Amino acid sequence: MAMMEYIDAIRLAMKEEMALDENVFVLGEDVGVKGGVFTTTKGLQEIYGEDRVMDTPLSESAIAGVAIGAAMYGMKPIAEMQYSDFMLPATNQIISEAAKIRYRSNNDWSCPIVVRAPIGGGIFGGLYHSQCMESVFFGTAGLKIVAPYSAYDAKGLLKAAIRDPDPVLFFENKKCYKLIKGDVPEDDYVVPLGKANLLREGDDITVISYSLPLHFIMQAAEELEQEGITSHVLDLRTIQPLDRQAIIDAARRTGKVLIVHEDNLTGGVGGEVAAIIAEECLFDLDAPIRRLAGPDAPAMPINPPQEKAYMLNKDKVKAAMRDLALF
Amino acid sequence: MKAEGTIDQQTRHGKLGLSDAQAIEIYRYMMMARKFDERSLLLQRAGKINFHVSGVGQEAAQVGAAFALDREKDYFLPYYRDYGFVLSVGMTARDLMLSAFAKAEDPNSAGRQMPGHFGSKRLRIVTGSSPVTTQVPHAVGVALAAKMKKQELVSFVTFGEGSSNQGDFHEGCNFAGVHKLPVIIMCENNQYAISVPVHKQLSGKISDRALGYGFPGIRVDGNDVLEVYAAVKEARERAIRGEGPTLIEAMVYRLSPHSTSDNDLAYRTKEEVDANWEKDGLPKYKQYLIDCGIWNEEQDQALQKECTEIMKEATEYADNAPYPSADDLLKHVFAGDGEDVQ
Repeated sequence: MAMMEYIDAIRLAMKEEMALDENVFVLGEDVGVKGGVFTTTKGLQEIYGEDRVMDTPLSESAIAGVAIGAAMYGMKPIAEMQYSDFMLPATNQIISEAAKIRYRSNNDWSCPIVVRAPIGGGIFGGLYHSQCMESVFFGTAGLKIVAPYSAYDAKGLLKAAIRDPDPVLFFENKKCYKLIKGDVPEDDYVVPLGKANLLREGDDITVISYSLPLHFIMQAAEELEQEGITSHVLDLRTIQPLDRQAIIDAARRTGKVLIVHEDNLTGGVGGEVAAIIAEECLFDLDAPIRRLAGPDAPAMPINPPQEKAYMLNKDKVKAAMRDLALF
Repeated sequence: MKAEGTIDQQTRHGKLGLSDAQAIEIYRYMMMARKFDERSLLLQRAGKINFHVSGVGQEAAQVGAAFALDREKDYFLPYYRDYGFVLSVGMTARDLMLSAFAKAEDPNSAGRQMPGHFGSKRLRIVTGSSPVTTQVPHAVGVALAAKMKKQELVSFVTFGEGSSNQGDFHEGCNFAGVHKLPVIIMCENNQYAISVPVHKQLSGKISDRALGYGFPGIRVDGNDVLEVYAAVKEARERAIRGEGPTLIEAMVYRLSPHSTSDNDLAYRTKEEVDANWEKDGLPKYKQYLIDCGIWNEEQDQALQKECTEIMKEATEYADNAPYPSADDLLKHVFAGDGEDVQ
């Protein structure tokens, strides 16, 4: 077990999977010599060479489309999108192609790609280096979508994503890269896709989230316990397909549910989670389902007051949690 | 007629390395594609199938290209008009009819996709979609993977001239050029993107675009099956030698409306269409074979009759085949779906 940063865990997952399977390779902008703009792939080209850690033209649709073609041939490509904000040119390839290849060919062809893309703000990235793109893809059947919050999960989920026989979008949170550290086993483990993870048990409120906001939630839960409020915290880990049973069980536990994500409120994953709870747990609820999410601004401004106003933090989450507990 | 396998160096096809038997086989697939198209149109008009999108007028380019490839090894990413191509690489008339009727046994998609959306792993026909030109980066990816795995093969991809304006064409070409990948990129320039004529789509030649990507681009007469064959053959040899991609622009004319949902005389004249029927590659090639002394009218009648019989059998089979079950709607969304359901 080693203490490592979230970004190191992602790199380690790729390094291990590339050692285990010669069909695994990484392609993207600046992933090679530079090792990625965030250093996510740093050192991998030295180990595995230019062919398996491939610098591509600045051309997102080709990065995704070439990865898809290689995957159909039998490779296991990891396509890096430098920022999730820039993956929209690849959306047609991801939604029209990758997501439908198994289905449209009646299981004849498959598309085992991983598309890694950093999400999230709070880094003075402005409108186009801060967005959360998961809701663009959420609801497209045929895609799996993963968003780890810890270093342990980042490694285990990425390894599971690489081994998965279907396309997986791996949304890594760029603010977590260096901020989040944790114990990560240096052995070969995976965190299974499609399974949520209970981070904390409590009886007063249930909080359901994924990615960075879970850190605010866990800190707030700790503090609220001093006030006598105990929180039941569920990490979705995989946001598509959702772990319905885990959501239902978590909601029933307390009857008061708060759903939190940084992506926009409208059309976000939280709406679907709320719908599942409304359908399955109406008579178990003691309060209206609440959501705390990014505001419906087109994207996050770069100036400090507006960035702060947009971003979630511990205080905002704590206030929403307390408010729900007192309902 | 020459014995199978011998090559007559005096003929055009002989000079290209094709035996008389192969020259005739090419014609056979062109005829088969034409008959499939004609039958599909009738079936749609009779209300037996929902939709047909035609490849009439493009068979010479399609079959000529297919014969220049290694049909045992290469990977194919055809577009929706390529009946002549897919027939040449091993798909049968029955397979295509099963697709036209959207039946469960359709090897392309089990009746899920529209006709003309080909796919067969066995035949290395990579599954395709309707958003145009997405297959160009896929072909580049296949070529990249083959190069990484040191396999001696090429990928071959087609699309129309309208599609050549999509970003995926340019992104795919650029990627292939940078990495000198073994991919042959062939545009079937049929002069129309549904109703929009070529002069409203392009201000230059598609083949010239290759210059910007650092590989050769050539324009060929797509009605001349042997000219297309020669171009694709040379492109394949270059690719196998490690010299990278080739862009081929095959000039053809879409003799039919865009699809059975289109009235083409709303945007072009009958005179224009008739004038292009005069250039049709199919009778042109028939005359060539006759002039070579290896084909005659009796043989042609017999072939037409045989193709008609094949289409009839395929139609009856597909018409009588069962539809997919509604219960299978959610099968194969992900691996394992529908296989372990209780």
